Amino acid sequence: MSKPYYDAADLRKFGKITEWSEELGTKFFDYYGKVFEEGALTAREKSLIALAVAHTEQCPYCIDAYTKDTLQRGITKEQMMEAIHVGAAIKSGATLVHGVQMMNKVNKLDG
Amino acid sequence: MATKSLKKLGNDLAQSNKQIEILSNGIFKTGELPTFKDKISETSQFPIKAKKLEILQINVGYMCNQVCDHCHVDAGPDRKEIMTRDTMRQCLEVIKNSGAHTLDLTGGAPEMNPDFRWFVEEAAKVGITDFIVRSNLTIIRANKKYYDLPEFFKKHNVHVVSSMPHWTRGKTDKQRGDGVFDKSIKALQELNAVGYGMPGSDLKLDLVYNPSGAFLPGDQVAMEKDFKKALMDDFGIEFHNLFAITNLPIARFLDYLIASENYEDYMYSLVEAYNPAAVENVMCTNTLSISWDGYLFDCDFNQMLELPVNSKSRHISEFNEELLEGRNIVISQHCYGCTAGAGSSCQGVVA
Repeated sequence: MSKPYYDAADLRKFGKITEWSEELGTKFFDYYGKVFEEGALTAREKSLIALAVAHTEQCPYCIDAYTKDTLQRGITKEQMMEAIHVGAAIKSGATLVHGVQMMNKVNKLDG
Repeated sequence: MATKSLKKLGNDLAQSNKQIEILSNGIFKTGELPTFKDKISETSQFPIKAKKLEILQINVGYMCNQVCDHCHVDAGPDRKEIMTRDTMRQCLEVIKNSGAHTLDLTGGAPEMNPDFRWFVEEAAKVGITDFIVRSNLTIIRANKKYYDLPEFFKKHNVHVVSSMPHWTRGKTDKQRGDGVFDKSIKALQELNAVGYGMPGSDLKLDLVYNPSGAFLPGDQVAMEKDFKKALMDDFGIEFHNLFAITNLPIARFLDYLIASENYEDYMYSLVEAYNPAAVENVMCTNTLSISWDGYLFDCDFNQMLELPVNSKSRHISEFNEELLEGRNIVISQHCYGCTAGAGSSCQGVVA
């Protein structure tokens, strides 16, 4: 009865977003394609960054897409997991560094 | 890891008609995805026609010392189909009289055919200069009688093309069997030692990469760079070129796709990556595949699907180059494997 909010098959329909806003959609996909081209960073490096960010963004479509993309580039599962840890470290660091704000506030209120 | 062929296991997918049925039904029957014929018709590329014959690819038998997960031949130690010396003689007649300049020996492990060396020597006598052997590498280390293969290849200036799915042990052994990586590395070092694959060497050593799972190969140039760096840094190995080949959805790879519930997604990936430019240069347009029992096919994949050439000349004994040139290539949905992305052939990308 209950349908999931996320359906893996929806990723294939991503391109359809241009149908309801052609100019913006097309500009987005052009930009997206350009971002992932070989540049100052290799396409392989960009794929690993995308995989890590896909996890911090917790986007299931992006996780599916960039898991496949990294595999296609010959990236090993150990490298993939390390990339995710980089994302996780930044996430937890971002939480914990706010601890300084808490400490400042405590010191001001109750110092 | 498999140890027996689908044929030996009595698996339905060992039957070529069962495979064709799967490839023709389901998402292609309902129209969810276009058939290959419809897709190439969109760009007016149907029918694909054979051009001038350049490469004769001879499958000298399905016997192999390995049982790889992805194998489109369903090869293995239990396969008994082996080309006889008589059929080889007929192939030699054709080589002498046809315009083909390249002889491409494949299998199974072609070296396991008892007449393999005789065939290479005889073909060299009739003047074949571009001579490819698709070696799985481990055969060189499989038995003492094969230890001198690098020297034998060198003597006849054979172009060695070898499968190597990854530069790490884990990914290689997962696809090709335990111990395959270490043996392959040793074999590559031995080939390097006699001069194969060295920079500037005429002894050509190329590697074939095909993905270990339900995904397409990455960019061939980038993969070659990664392979070269890793094999040199870790093992001091040199080679010339890397061919990135797409796994076609037939035989054992089809069985894997279905069992792992990846079949539909994989077919979507192939269709989405369809590249009309690759259709122009698919290998069936300049290659003819000959089976162990002498029948003619548009490619090794069609041979496994038992889809014979669309010509009156169907067997090596009645080979007729004029009749074969311009024939319509026999296609089905597996052909999407050769037209995805930069395309795929036994010589790597085509577009």
